[in-house]
Amino acid sequence: MPLNTDKTIEGSFQLIGGDFSIAGESSAQLKKILTDLGVAEDIIRRASIATFEAEMNVIIYAAAGTLSYTITPQQIRIVLVDMGPGIKDIEQAMKEGFSTAPDWVREMGWGAGMGLPNMKKNSDEFNLDSVVGEGTTVEMAINLP
Amino acid sequence: MKLNEIIEKLSLDVKTVNVGLQKEVTGVYVSDLLSDVMANSQDGNIWITLQTHLNIVAVAGLKKLSGIIIVNNRHPEKEITEKAESDKIAIMTTSLPAFEVAGKLYQMLS
Repeated sequence: MPLNTDKTIEGSFQLIGGDFSIAGESSAQLKKILTDLGVAEDIIRRASIATFEAEMNVIIYAAAGTLSYTITPQQIRIVLVDMGPGIKDIEQAMKEGFSTAPDWVREMGWGAGMGLPNMKKNSDEFNLDSVVGEGTTVEMAINLP
Repeated sequence: MKLNEIIEKLSLDVKTVNVGLQKEVTGVYVSDLLSDVMANSQDGNIWITLQTHLNIVAVAGLKKLSGIIIVNNRHPEKEITEKAESDKIAIMTTSLPAFEVAGKLYQMLS
């Protein structure tokens, strides 16, 4: 499906750990960019959910992070690099319902253990790397038809 | 059914000023887990929840929900209603618990 452009579009957002007031801002902005490009609604929804969940992981667990996106006529790539605690057992972290969120986060309705599974479910390519004590990098790609 | 009709029938207290009241309601989603709402709610759903913090507005916007009903006499702070107004999402409150609101809406929308 042709986009309203043939250029590559890139951008990034800085995320501050613990700042719940910015939660959802990057996904809302990405959603607007994709809408203006004429991307199909289903793909916009998937990209928005994946991005929002990625943002929340940085806000909830990390000190800070950067979310970058690259949009080409073939693909939307979203990369999240954070400075955070890292993930010891990635397989466990990917299980639905598994969460290391503290109680105060769960009381907000976050920390249900659905973030990473939701990100993977909504992307066509998903890769997660992590070093305990340093941080986590998530790369996601959603193909454009 | 339009949102303002539901507001009237359930005597909901509207906390936002004049936004989103004409939205067509497609159904209802009941959950207090935000990732669950993000994964499973549908476009145009009313969201019933007891969460009152800022992030409910972002979630409602992302999923194009027709509005948020906060139950059990809980109330959102001004910061939340202001963001909701800016994002054109109606926030309503009720003294009823989720079971009753959901039950009444189920009857109305079936």
